[in-house]
Amino acid sequence: MRPLGYARVSTVAEAVEIVATDPAGAFLAGGTTEIDLVRLGVARPDLLVDINDLPLHDIDDLPGGGVRIGALARMSEVARTPAIAGRYPGVAQALLLGASQQLRNMASMGGNLCQRTRCAYFRDGVSPCNKREPGTGCSALDGLNRGHAILGTSEHCVATHPSDVAVALVAFDAVVHTAGPGGVRRIPIDDFYLMPGDTPDRENPLRHGELITAIDLPPAGIAERSVYLKFRDRQSYEFALVSVCAAVRVEDGIVTEARVALGGVGTKPWRARLAEQHLLGVPATAESYAAAAAYELSAAVPRRHNAFKVELAQRAIVRGLTQAARGGMR
Amino acid sequence: MNTAIGRPVDRVDSQAKVTGGARYTAEISLPGLTYAAVVGARIPSGRVEAVDASRALAAGGVLAVLTHENLPEIAGQPHLLPSLLGAAAPGQSFFPMQDAAVHYAGQPVALVVAESHEQAQYAASLVDVTYRREPSITSIDEGRDRVYEAQRLFGGLMPGRDERGDVETALAEAPVRIEAGYRFAANHHNALEPPATTAVWQDGRLTLYDSTMGIRATQLTVAHLLGLPLSHVRVITHFVGGGFGSKAMTWPHVTLAAMAARHVGRPVRLALTRAQTYTSNGHREEQEQSISLGATRDGRLTAIRHHKLSITSRFDDWAEPATGVSSQLYDVEHYEGVHSLIQGNTMTPTFTRGPGETLGVFTLETAMDELAYELGVDPVELRLRNHAGADPRGNPWSSDGLAECLRLGAERFGWHGRDPRPRARRDGDWLIGTGMAAAAYPVAFFMPEQRARARVYEDGSAVVQTGTQEFGTGVLTVATQVAADALGLPLESVRFEAGDTDLPNTSAAVGSAGAGMVSAAVHAAATALRDRLVAMAVADAASPLHGADPAAVDVADGRMRLRDRPGTGESYADLMIRHRLADTEAVGSWTPPPLDTPHGLLTFGAQFAEVAVDPDLGLVRVRRMVGVFAPGRVLNPKLARSQLVGGMVWGLSQALLEGNEMDTRHGRWGASNLGEYLVPVNADIPEITVEFVEVEDDVVPLGIKGVGEIGQVGAAAAVANAVFHATGRRLRRLPLAAELVMDPPASS
Ligand SMILES: Cc1cc2nc3c(=O)[nH]c(=O)nc-3n(C[C@H](O)[C@H](O)[C@H](O)COP(=O)(O)OP(=O)(O)OC[C@H]3O[C@@H](n4cnc5c(N)ncnc54)[C@H](O)[C@@H]3O)c2cc1C
Ligand code: SF4
Repeated sequence: MRPLGYARVSTVAEAVEIVATDPAGAFLAGGTTEIDLVRLGVARPDLLVDINDLPLHDIDDLPGGGVRIGALARMSEVARTPAIAGRYPGVAQALLLGASQQLRNMASMGGNLCQRTRCAYFRDGVSPCNKREPGTGCSALDGLNRGHAILGTSEHCVATHPSDVAVALVAFDAVVHTAGPGGVRRIPIDDFYLMPGDTPDRENPLRHGELITAIDLPPAGIAERSVYLKFRDRQSYEFALVSVCAAVRVEDGIVTEARVALGGVGTKPWRARLAEQHLLGVPATAESYAAAAAYELSAAVPRRHNAFKVELAQRAIVRGLTQAARGGMR
Repeated sequence: MNTAIGRPVDRVDSQAKVTGGARYTAEISLPGLTYAAVVGARIPSGRVEAVDASRALAAGGVLAVLTHENLPEIAGQPHLLPSLLGAAAPGQSFFPMQDAAVHYAGQPVALVVAESHEQAQYAASLVDVTYRREPSITSIDEGRDRVYEAQRLFGGLMPGRDERGDVETALAEAPVRIEAGYRFAANHHNALEPPATTAVWQDGRLTLYDSTMGIRATQLTVAHLLGLPLSHVRVITHFVGGGFGSKAMTWPHVTLAAMAARHVGRPVRLALTRAQTYTSNGHREEQEQSISLGATRDGRLTAIRHHKLSITSRFDDWAEPATGVSSQLYDVEHYEGVHSLIQGNTMTPTFTRGPGETLGVFTLETAMDELAYELGVDPVELRLRNHAGADPRGNPWSSDGLAECLRLGAERFGWHGRDPRPRARRDGDWLIGTGMAAAAYPVAFFMPEQRARARVYEDGSAVVQTGTQEFGTGVLTVATQVAADALGLPLESVRFEAGDTDLPNTSAAVGSAGAGMVSAAVHAAATALRDRLVAMAVADAASPLHGADPAAVDVADGRMRLRDRPGTGESYADLMIRHRLADTEAVGSWTPPPLDTPHGLLTFGAQFAEVAVDPDLGLVRVRRMVGVFAPGRVLNPKLARSQLVGGMVWGLSQALLEGNEMDTRHGRWGASNLGEYLVPVNADIPEITVEFVEVEDDVVPLGIKGVGEIGQVGAAAAVANAVFHATGRRLRRLPLAAELVMDPPASS
């Protein structure tokens, strides 16, 4: 492991100041991604600024029924908070289906949003990879790409965003609060994740030294009966082949509102807006769900080893909507 | 008197393990210890054009950088032979860093030695190696035009071809024929403890602490490579964190650690990284198998043709032998087993749990399932109908038990009344299926003499020693049990010592042979000692046993006594004190039966599995497994059960999860950690039932056939057959990944 410096800070201003002025500085929260990548030689900070003492651990109700989640709240804490488990079960399930209990106890929400792709070529530190070393090429395009994305890809990168909870957050229009050298910002989560385009090294709009302080979940009645389903080779401790966060409101057998987001298939946590549009006003049946899913996936660009995901994602959407409708039917 | 053997005794080392008192190789701390890190080649084929070590040498704490330019030459390359043989066992007949050539990715091209592990690792990342890349072959697909039939496998130990009768004609004339081909991804061992070696030189003598399944093999191999007398190399191994075959051979890093220690003049510890374990200690090779079964309409096999194609290294004809069971399990007149190879740019593959036969039996037993469907015969009945009563030479089995295993397994599993129709059972989104397979694994007998020593002290306690090592199987425990019974002592009075080549030697504990051969040697030594003490007593006028027939004396709780009059006798302690003996000892040895023993040697079992398959999403969940085995004498049912359950978990894993793909462009494995190379988690493991069928065996040592591999054999086939029953689809690839299991989209 490279020799590096370590600093512990107690205010947001201090944290931002130190990292903003040190081009080789980086925030350290739970460390479950950052330390990993430093050891692999993929992240190369010279200074890790430990933010765990910052007062960003709380989870508070917002007026109107939303919830504010501090950036340092741990995944496991968030999942067992009644406001989350009760009002946003899809978010709680997404958290509980991620990683392992030990990791969830350590991993922060801010860190979760910023975790890097699990693309093996990115992580091996040596293969050509535009995300790790812009301009070197993408080894996954014609390589072992079973785990890679089929939506939102470019010729420069086909890596998935690995977060589970971000998928649920995208479904419910969460807002990311940040503090940076230029002041504070509110970024809708769908804008927080960037498409790879020809700059796959840039995954989010955070500037160097800009810190996530909180994540807001706005009130959303539909979320109360949301589900998060995660499909993978083994039953735990693995990233998704495909995951789906679904919520649906059905009145008199007709879909009046729907939320669908996908994990494991997109270069970003994927809000399935095409499917959502397609669902409005159609009968709440498996056939309509399948049609909506097909519409969403019509834009998919499969590669040699991940073509099955096009079909798998559609079936996952149908499953998710069916289960959500069962809970959501009045 | 038998009191300890057969009891579910707790592991003697369990406390040390759970409290952290057990010291593994990478935890040995020594004064002046330094740390080595290996730099592995990034290319699979070509040459090292230049190594610039200047950045590494300038980094903090670095003591040396060794490359092919400054590493001394080895004294000689030993032949590749399985370590069980008791000779040097180098894993592959190639030693790296002797010249600039690169034959596989991960091949050591430089070695950094530093004051700390972290410094060594960091400096290793600073060694700038320039390569000249040459074309490579790293998969079967890339080498199809270079297939050749292997003459001998396993370093010449086994023939590549096994045939009898006239398969061609028999298949052509068979009223029923099943033909199937399979592809199997490469497997890795993933022992929890990555291999590590600590090397210390003193006065020209070398001590190695090594995480090995065979300290003797390490000693022989390193002595040969370095040109040292055997007496100058001592290997110490107390605890090993799992091997599964990865530590059965002595891979180059062990000798490199010794060379580095000599170079820096200080002790060196070399611990491989997790990623390096995928390219440093062999693997189960990528392979294809094809099988043709010929049978009569009433379900009698007439012919089997079983071929295997696999990829090996540039330097060794290594293939897991896959036909040892298919050639013997069933009574079939015409047989042909052939191994073909492609030489490619991987390291030499090696034993991986259930070597060869797990996939060989997968092929055989899924084909048997197809045959059962073809004929409309129950799969269990089909096995019973065809099970051979003797091996192909006509020699009776040393012990059998297959029929009992099949029947008991069927009963425990609730097989009878099964509706054989595929897709007949549903549970919500899940299709439910059941499947079974016969299991068999060869008993290996090609080890040399095995030795042990036993000593009794005047306080009536004993220490028994042999140079084996504990790698999780429980050998320390079973050897203690065997010694206690042979000496007639309570378990608590016996201490078993192992893990040092200065002790009487045994072979590497591989091929399920560990417990049997160690127990046989321990039994011999302990019995010799008991006989000596009894002889002393009956010859001693002062002993109550004076003049008795030694054969009429037995020993219990350390007291020798007449079998018919237990009141007459005396303790070891009394006898020894009278003779002013502070202690007394004996050595004992066991030699395996000759290879041409007139017996068939297979361990038998039967496997049953129930699965749930979600055909929309391609998910397979194993709901329960039942395994019934006839492994001969069970020394310790608790430990044996652990081994067998572990084997069945391996089988499940092989069926559903495990496999590494080669990125042929780079010649590197796709997965090199436990996040990407999937092994099951607890949530994947269902209820597992293990039962034993008792068989008596006079041929194998102490009647023990071994439990190391048989639990795995057939388990994957039972799962795959259950998947067929659930879905009606035969999937001819492992692992059964979601994309294979998913029902194809309606359009395609
Ligand atoms: C074995 C394993 C399995 C996993 N499985 C899953 C899974 O199934 N599903 C899933 O969703 N995740 C999974 N994860 C990922 C895990 O959820 C993330 O590693 C974790 O959420 C990151 O949080 P952290 O606090 O540890 O972040 P750190 O590792 O400390 O930081 C991660 C990154 O975020 C930056 N950062 C941290 N906090 C902030 C902040 N407040 N503002 C700006 N930048 C910040 C850091 O500089 C760093 O770049 C897995 C991880 C591991 C190791
Ligand atoms: S998919 Fe993206 S992360 Fe993976 S190799 Fe290509 S550029 Fe790198």
